[in-house]
Order: sequence, then structure tokens, then C-alpha cells
Amino acid sequence: MNGSLHLWLIPLLPFAGFVLNGILGRKLPKALVTAIALLAPLGSFLVVLGESFGMSSASLPVTETLPFPWISAGKLRIEFSFVFDQLTLIMLLVITGVGFLIHLYSAGYMEHEDGYWRYFAYLNLFLFFMTVLVLAGNALLMFVGWEGVGLASYLLIGFWFQKTSAADAGKKAFIVNRIGDFGFLIGLFFLLANFGTLTFSEISAKLAANPAWTGGVLTAIALCLLVGAAGKSAQLPLYVWLPDAMEGPTPVSALIHAATMVTAGVYMIARTHFLFDRSPFALSVVAIVGAATALFAATIGLVQTDIKRVLAYSTVSQLGYMFLGCGVAAYSAAIFHLMTHAFFKALLFLAAGSVIHALGGEQDLRKMGGLRKKLPVTFWTMTMAVFAIAGFFPFAGFFSKDAILYAAFTQGGLGTVVWFVGLVTALLTSFYMFRLWYLAFLGESRSADIHPHESPWSMLGPLVILAVLSVCGGWIGAGRFGAFLAPAVGTKTAEAASSNLELILSVLAVGVAALGWFIADRLYRTNPESPARLAAAVPGAYNVLVHKYYVDEIYNFLIVKPLLLLSKFVLEWVVDIAILGGAAWLLGGIAMLGGAILQRWQSGNLRSYAAWLALGAAALLLFVLMPWTSILAGFGLHVGMVGH
Amino acid sequence: MSSGYVQLLQQDVPLSWYLLLSAVLFSLGIVGFLIKRNLITVFMSIELMLNAVNLSFVTFAHQWHAVKGQIFVFFVMMVAAAEAAVGLAIIIAVFRARATLAVDRIDLMKL
Repeated sequence: MNGSLHLWLIPLLPFAGFVLNGILGRKLPKALVTAIALLAPLGSFLVVLGESFGMSSASLPVTETLPFPWISAGKLRIEFSFVFDQLTLIMLLVITGVGFLIHLYSAGYMEHEDGYWRYFAYLNLFLFFMTVLVLAGNALLMFVGWEGVGLASYLLIGFWFQKTSAADAGKKAFIVNRIGDFGFLIGLFFLLANFGTLTFSEISAKLAANPAWTGGVLTAIALCLLVGAAGKSAQLPLYVWLPDAMEGPTPVSALIHAATMVTAGVYMIARTHFLFDRSPFALSVVAIVGAATALFAATIGLVQTDIKRVLAYSTVSQLGYMFLGCGVAAYSAAIFHLMTHAFFKALLFLAAGSVIHALGGEQDLRKMGGLRKKLPVTFWTMTMAVFAIAGFFPFAGFFSKDAILYAAFTQGGLGTVVWFVGLVTALLTSFYMFRLWYLAFLGESRSADIHPHESPWSMLGPLVILAVLSVCGGWIGAGRFGAFLAPAVGTKTAEAASSNLELILSVLAVGVAALGWFIADRLYRTNPESPARLAAAVPGAYNVLVHKYYVDEIYNFLIVKPLLLLSKFVLEWVVDIAILGGAAWLLGGIAMLGGAILQRWQSGNLRSYAAWLALGAAALLLFVLMPWTSILAGFGLHVGMVGH
Repeated sequence: MSSGYVQLLQQDVPLSWYLLLSAVLFSLGIVGFLIKRNLITVFMSIELMLNAVNLSFVTFAHQWHAVKGQIFVFFVMMVAAAEAAVGLAIIIAVFRARATLAVDRIDLMKL
């Protein structure tokens, strides 16, 4: 182990928090639970920060490996190894930094909940697995983190497990993720079979040594990994779990289902970019999946009335953006967007949580309105986030979205198509975000009987910090981000120096964002009745959107129902009841029948036992002593060996 | 005892007589075990069987001039002594519990 970096501390601190709160939390006073839960991510964040100051770019990547192997079988050798490079650094800063803020916010938000300690134990567990995921130096260790965050996500979505819908949402998330994980696992097997190793650096080196390897099995591997990424990052066709995941507490939605876990897929593609780079086909699929998801989810987001659902579909859409970026090999732009998205989407969720908290659990946008005066801090921070996600200059979202769109446009071909889809998505994004903004904060209150109150400072503090990051987060990276990440994700992306083309594209992007704002303004401020009229004008389209393209219904009909029928009629009735149950009954019947016959010998009478014993001995004696050979010979039979 | 008598005993009683005696004793033991009702008599029948076997052991040892058989007899006697101790203890315990020694009535394991 390298003495100067203490990478092991980063996951270990949250793990310690999880163990302490998980085992003792029920008995500990609330203040101590909070202290443990908050210190763990704060400690990790400080370690990451210390390391980022201590390191020089040239010395990266740093690898720390435990002195003993994890798996050693034949030629296969898998280590417990953590790798720290530029990509890891960005991810860790986001995870532990935003993670800490959300922990802090949770302390206020969850204050009156039962199972406070359980909540924080799970949250720390999530951070542990997430940091393992991004630090992992080989794909198998990454898979451990990958599964672990899925588990933590399941536990937290179903945190209010007394509510059927929450428990169901947890199960749905877990099962849909399993489908993706299956793809990931197959990809790992492919990697193992073709490279004989799962260590990223070794695979990358092998690929670099063989420039001729393209397509073929690499495409298969990349597509399998994409299935995994699509599951975790809620891309078409596996996105359905994310909107339902909103059943969890809002800070969970912010941390896991907006800022960190769902971006694991993007991170994974960036981490294994050397595979995707060798397969243009797989890259195109990534771009198409991303663009389709971005557009698809954005259109659903247009008509949702639940404040968290709007944000959920927005998250799916923005994740699609990141995939789009990966698909045009602009990994650094995708990671850049991942980072800024973590800031403003976490902020949006936390602000939404503040609204929900203030309204005593109300999530319906139609019952809000006029909250600007009542919740000034929430309103202003939310405004920053809305401008950031809509992509206005100079907010964070502008730079990262711009980088992706520019990379897509300059790629040409398919890139131009996905650029256009991205532009349309930007318009829709801007529209539905301003729609939310108008419905929730401006105008007059639409419910008379609510008395909102601003949230405590433990909740507003994180909002303000994230608002600052949502405004300034983009400046850090603009123009430099690609160069910074180049050692980790390759230099294929040219994140443009200022050129006329980039200026035009930027103006265009801001233009559509402004257009989206303008439309939202017309519909929801100037003519508040017009949305209803618009919906009535195209009832078909409106219904399709309100019902989310009936995707849940289609999946239900095509997959869930047939599976249930198969389980019920074939697996339960035929296999379980008829075959297995029948066999069990048969065996039991034979045993009982045998017992009923044999028990007659067990008379309990000592003398009968003795008599049987004597008879048996006599019979044996007779058998041994009888001159069988000569008797049989008497019958004309000749047997080689009978009796003794 | 004169040496002539010993000689007579050794030479004139054929092997089969000893074995027959042993078989008769053994059969008596079995029959006693099977038909007697008193647990102590049953116990004595067992001892009888053991001693019948001892007799045949000694007989064969003598016949084949092998000392093994005699050693076995010692083993059997030793086991019989131990068994007697345990067996009598059980009989006393049974009597205390059931106030009877009739084997027919000691049938708790009967279904």
C-alpha cells in the first residue's frame, strides 16, 4: 500500500458509519446518530480533497492493492485494487461532496421520521458501495460496488416499506436493475474469456498493443456493458424503475437517483472507453439510446403533475444526454455534464423536498403556486437550478450541455442527428422546468388551506451551497475539463477552443432554452387556462404523454403478465405442486406405508424380540451350515459359489 | 484325584458330549429366556447361555491345544460380571418404577 494516499479510508469511513449506526443506532441518541452519519461522508470528502491537493497530474494514476489477492484460481488473479486517476477524482469529489451536503440536508428533512438511524445507516452504506464502485481498479470489484449501490437503492426506495407502493417501487428498481446487471455480468465473462483479466489498465494495455482489434467480440462486450449501464442509468428500455423510485425519501432521490448512483452507467462507459472506442457500432448504439432516451423522457416530463416525477423524467432525460455524449466519444463532456448535473439536479430535488416539506407532504404541482414569497430561499436556489438545467449562460448546465452538443455536431453523420435531438430535448427541458417553476412558485396559491413555512437551516444550507455550484460549477471546467480528463478517458474529444462554430451552436442552444422559457411563460403565466385548452385540442397525444407512452402497461402485458402466468401455471402448478410436491408426497407415502407394515414387528414385547432374534440366528446358522453345493448338485445344478 | 481318573476324563469323554451339553445348556437358556415371565429368571437364562458358550470355548481350546479359547472365556466372564452389575441395577430401577418384574408388562415401547 502506498503510504501517501489513503484511498482505503474513502470507502471505509462510510462503512464504519453504516456498521455503527446499523448495529447500535437504535439505542444511540439521535444527536450521536447524526454525528456519526455526517462525519463519515465529511471525512471521506476531506480525504479526497486532501489527495486532490496533494497530487500532481503527472503522478496519476495511483494504484493501491491489498497485499493478498481476492481471487486466485489457475491463471486468473483478481486483486483488491483501487485506482485513483482524474476520472476517479471528479467522481469522488461529486459523490462525497454532494453526498455530504445531502446527508446534512437529510438530518433536517428526516428529523421526525421513525427509523432515523436506519435511514442514515443505509445512506452511509450507499456511499461505501458508490466509492468502491468508482475506485475499483478491476471490473469485478466495480461489479461489487455496482450491486451494492443497487442494494442500497432498493433499501432506501423502500424506506417507507409500510406503504405498498414504496415496497413495490423498491422491488421494481431491484428487478429491472438485475436485468441490466445480467448484461454487465455477461460482459465480464466475455472480457475474462478474451483478455484473461478484468483489470482495466491491463485490458487497456492489451488493446493499445493490438491496434488491429476492432469490432467483433469487442462490440459484443461493449453492448453487454451497455445493457448494464442502461439498467443502472435508467436508459431506454430499462428506465421504468427510476420514476417509481421517487417513492423513496426526497434526499434519497437527490443523492442516489439524480446525482450519483444513476450516473454509474456513464462512469462505467467512460472507464471502459477503450472498449467502446474500438467498436463504432457500439458507440452508435450508445448515442442512439442516449438521444432516444433524452427525447422520450423529456416529452413525458412535459405533462407530469407530480413535482418529483417531473424531476425524475428530467433525470432520465439528462442521463440520456450523458449517454449521447459518450456515444460521440465525448467522454469528458459526458463526465462534465455528469458533474454539473449532480449539482443542479441534486439542488432541484432538495429544493423540491423543501417545498414538499413546507407543504406537509404535498407533491402535486396543481395544488401549489405562489410559494415565492413564502419560501424565498427555496425559490431563489431553485431558480438557479432551473436556469442551470435549462442551459442559460453562464450557469453550469450551459457549459456541459454545450460541450456535448458541440462534440456531437462536429462528429457529423449520426452525430448531427443526435445533435438535433439534443437540441430539441434542450427546448423541452427548458419548457418543463419553467413550467414547474411557474406552477410551484409564481402566480397565486391554488390551495387555500396550506400554510407553508421555510425549512430549517440544516436544509437551506446545502441548498445555498449547491446553488452556488450550479451557477459557478461550469466555469471550473469550461475549456479545461477535456484536457484534465484526457489521461483517463482519452483525447478523442476536442473541447473546442472558441471558434465561430461553437459560438453559433452556443447561441442556438441558449436560443432554444429561451424559447422554452417563452412558451412556458405564455402557457403558465400569461394564459393559465391555455394548457387545458391545448390538452383538449390534442387529446390523443396528451393522453399518451400522461400515461407515459403506456410503457409500464406494455411491459406489464408483454413481460410481467406472461412471466406471472408462466410462474403460476407451469412453475407453481406443474413443477412445484405436481412434480416436486407429488414426489414429496410419494416418498412420504412410501415411508409411511413401510412404517405401517414394519411397525408390527415392534410389538414392544421383549420376548417376541428375543424369539425373532433366536429365529434369525437359527436361520443364519442353517444357511451357513447347509451343504448347498451338494443339494443343488442333487437337482442337477452346478453353481460356482453358493453359501460359504 | 488319581491321575488315572483324570486320564479317563480326558480321554474317554468324547468331544461331542461336551458340545452336546453346551447345546443343551444353550437351548435351555433360550427357552428360559422366551417363556419365563420374571425378569430375574430371564436374566439368569442369559447367564446360562453365556456359560454354555464358555463351555464350548473351553472344549475347543482343549481339543485344538489353543489357549485363545480359554482367554475368550475370561473375557466372557468379565463381560458377564459387568453385565450382571448393570442388568441388576436396571432390574431394581424397573421394579422401583413399575412395582413389577413381569416382562409382559414392561412394554412401554409398544405402539
